[in-house]
Amino acid sequence: MGKKLLIHNDKVPGIDTLEVYRAHGGYSSVEKALKTMTPDQVTDEVKKSGLRGRGGAGFPTGLKWSFLAKPEGVERYLVCNADESEPGTFKDRYLMEKIPHALIEGMITSSFALGAKTSYIYIRGEYFYVARIIETAIAEAYSAGWLGKNILGTNFSHDCYVQVGAGAYICGEETALLESLEGKRGNPRIKPPFPAVAGLWGCPTVVNNVETIAAVCPIINMGGEEYSKIGIGKSTGTKLISASGHINNPGVYEIELGVPVEEFIYSEEYCGGIRNGKKLKAVVAGGSSVPILPTELILKTAKGEPRLMTYESLSDGGFQTGTMLGSGGFIVMDEDTSIVKNLFTFARFYHHESCGQCSPCREGTGWMEKILQKFLNGTANESDVELLWDIQSKIEGKTICPLGEAAAWPVAAAIRHFKQEFLDVARNKKFIDVSHYNRLNKIIA
Amino acid sequence: MSSQIHGTQHFDKSKRLEIKFSDEVMQIAQTIINRYPKGKQKSALLPILHLAQAEFGGWLSPETMDYVASILNIKSIEVFEVASFYSMYNLKPMGKCILEVCQTSSCWLNGAEDIVKYIEKKLNIKVGETTKDGMFSLKVAECLGSCGTSPMLQCGASYHENLTYEKVDALLENYKSENKRKSYTDLDYKNTL
Repeated sequence: MGKKLLIHNDKVPGIDTLEVYRAHGGYSSVEKALKTMTPDQVTDEVKKSGLRGRGGAGFPTGLKWSFLAKPEGVERYLVCNADESEPGTFKDRYLMEKIPHALIEGMITSSFALGAKTSYIYIRGEYFYVARIIETAIAEAYSAGWLGKNILGTNFSHDCYVQVGAGAYICGEETALLESLEGKRGNPRIKPPFPAVAGLWGCPTVVNNVETIAAVCPIINMGGEEYSKIGIGKSTGTKLISASGHINNPGVYEIELGVPVEEFIYSEEYCGGIRNGKKLKAVVAGGSSVPILPTELILKTAKGEPRLMTYESLSDGGFQTGTMLGSGGFIVMDEDTSIVKNLFTFARFYHHESCGQCSPCREGTGWMEKILQKFLNGTANESDVELLWDIQSKIEGKTICPLGEAAAWPVAAAIRHFKQEFLDVARNKKFIDVSHYNRLNKIIA
Repeated sequence: MSSQIHGTQHFDKSKRLEIKFSDEVMQIAQTIINRYPKGKQKSALLPILHLAQAEFGGWLSPETMDYVASILNIKSIEVFEVASFYSMYNLKPMGKCILEVCQTSSCWLNGAEDIVKYIEKKLNIKVGETTKDGMFSLKVAECLGSCGTSPMLQCGASYHENLTYEKVDALLENYKSENKRKSYTDLDYKNTL
């Protein structure tokens, strides 16, 4: 059993209330930080911990914090990115729903480090009921004095608010999120300036993922150095993994970074193996944007070493033979799964979610969806595989925000590792969805 | 962002609502506006559009958008820009219960397509359409963060997960007998916002 720091109490009855959360040691990081540390000391602990952004990019959190500009007399903001929309990812929802105070505690401690008097939690609109849980928890925190003026009798005052989005994947991109928080369309901004210099309303702003902010609490409690001992190498600490697809036990798992992928898929402690005794075909390891890998490459690296659940091991071999840890959206596909059809669902997703600012993304995502639709209709030619490859290569790196890459990478990886499947569908002029019948039986049963 | 909304035929013009928040709702709107610094009231646009959609018949008519613009002291076009960007705002009248079935990868792997087909057959409508009695609209949605409990559909604030045909039957029956308009803001938001 690995160490759990974030959701170890998720089954405790009433842990969503302040009383129970506090009885289980909640808000101790706020006490420790506000009473015994300076803001810079808090930032230093986070730096020492090696914590990396849990939203997908994996950028060192302490470093991000240290970039925050601190001009005299200008407000600074902490914004929590709870716009979890990456297909395959539902860990933030779980954390906020089960232990809402963990996020609020993290918001207070982090805001103290950053010198932010106000923070906002931007939650995707579809999670309205989660927003309500968070708002209830915030109200509790205010009445117990954890939020508001002079917290714990110190000079530090803080207000924390929730804002709900309205259905746009792109608002998970930090500058699009800030635009949305300002009441505008979620069009990403050209960087620089980075939010650390000019973010919300032009003020210095740090945007962090829910899990990142929640992880600040155990880091302050145990100390950055202790935290950095968990995990392997530069992948320190624990990570929430959202496991879904053809597995026996879908759900959210907190792992110590470094668990072998094979163990994660087959161990009863985690996914519990492939459903219905089927064989594994492929895995999307970090949310829809990251390259899909076939069985042989997800279980072992190209060098033949066991693949581990770490930032480094999963990306070993680059995109030729590796992938990314990303947001930890772990989608498992059995032997009957059509990679062509799965790719179609991704392409449709990115087409729907492209904000339309940059032509390569706006036009390219729609074009790729149309071509993949041809495969499903049985009207695709072999040359369409080359065309898909060509289009994706012309989106990557040519857009303001990373949605371009996010749309291009899955296409590139599916063709790289499963080209024969695309060619077969094109040659046969017929698409047969084998797993459809399995699913139909499950739903009827 | 295309929101693919059709089916205007069920909007009853004789029941046109007066576009003005009650004092109680106006107070909520004011609380939301106060979250932001002075002069940045436009930031309240997204939450207030949710409120307006819930209050004024489940969609954002031009009149509703003008009204929201007047509350926030911004131009109507700024409201329309936002309302037309986000997929949760309806720019046309919809059924009382909007069934949004997630269709992205994990949900597809677990049979979302069959759920859509089943609902289409059961309600005798296609995706994007509304039933003749104005009770249900059927939409498909992109990843709603319920991948571990797929297939799923959202109706108002409620997530219906691990769907089977029987569960679909039951939830449609429930909504029908309740005969109420479902909004994203349904969850007692008046007490918490």
